Amino acid sequence: MVTSVSRHPLRLCSPSDVRTQREGLQRNICGKDIQQLKMPDHIDEKLKNYRTAPFDARFPNTNQTRNCFQNYLDFHRCNKALSAKDQDTAPCMWYQRVYKSLCPMSWVQKWDEQVEAGSFPGKI
Amino acid sequence: SPVMEELLHLHDHALMVVFLISTLVLYIMLAMISTKLTNKFILDSQEIEIIWTVLPAVILILIALPSLRILYLMDEINDPHLTIKAVGHQWYWSYEYTDYEDLGFDTYMIPTQDLAPGQFRLLEADHRMVVPVESPLRVLVTAEDVLHSWAVPALGVKMDAVPGRLNQTAFITFRPGIFYGQCSEICGAN
Repeated sequence: MVTSVSRHPLRLCSPSDVRTQREGLQRNICGKDIQQLKMPDHIDEKLKNYRTAPFDARFPNTNQTRNCFQNYLDFHRCNKALSAKDQDTAPCMWYQRVYKSLCPMSWVQKWDEQVEAGSFPGKI
Repeated sequence: SPVMEELLHLHDHALMVVFLISTLVLYIMLAMISTKLTNKFILDSQEIEIIWTVLPAVILILIALPSLRILYLMDEINDPHLTIKAVGHQWYWSYEYTDYEDLGFDTYMIPTQDLAPGQFRLLEADHRMVVPVESPLRVLVTAEDVLHSWAVPALGVKMDAVPGRLNQTAFITFRPGIFYGQCSEICGAN
């Protein structure tokens, strides 16, 4: 999900771009948080043209249980990570569409109840 | 479906080989039984032993090559247009179409006494799973209680439904119509 940055690589950095290294966020050469640079344009287009969950090379075989579970986890982790930084959670909608396509509704319902109750077995 | 057609061709090919071999063996048996000649002096015959070792090996290769071809054809990755979930219960199926909205429904077999004239016994269902033609489809099969199996012979599809596991199968149809299937795993007390 790397979006190309439309800035000249030799652009001078403004003082507000400089941050301390201790924050541990990904940086480009001007010190801007890369997460902020990943604009949701591509994701809007992808969501608009969404048909069904595409082939995922991480799960090429018959057993797709892990595919469904991984996307459910990724959605919640993405939401948690982006909300923590007060950013738009629109990119997380992709994971939601995929897990809704793949996972049976009863599984999703059970997991949602577990997440609300705090007893969900996965690490979010 | 194209896969089923290939499977049919393989089956015809293998069955033809089986018929040829069976005919040959039967002929030889009848010829041995009905002859009055006897041979007391055979010690060894290398030529015929070579023939009846090499020829079966060649026949086996001729059967194996199309079989492997179809095996890999069935495993090909297709980019599906639609994902449908088939969930097995005792004793009905439920189908979920959740790509765009949460659509799900149960479908029960029509009991024999409720069939209309012209309908097939033990095959008809009250709500059919509808799929678009000429579109690669992904079906994810699972079960809610015990083992089931989702099978549609006309499409060359059979996939076991295991509780807690999501099994993927794919197919594509080129002919509109009604395709019947039955649960292919024993899933009840009787």
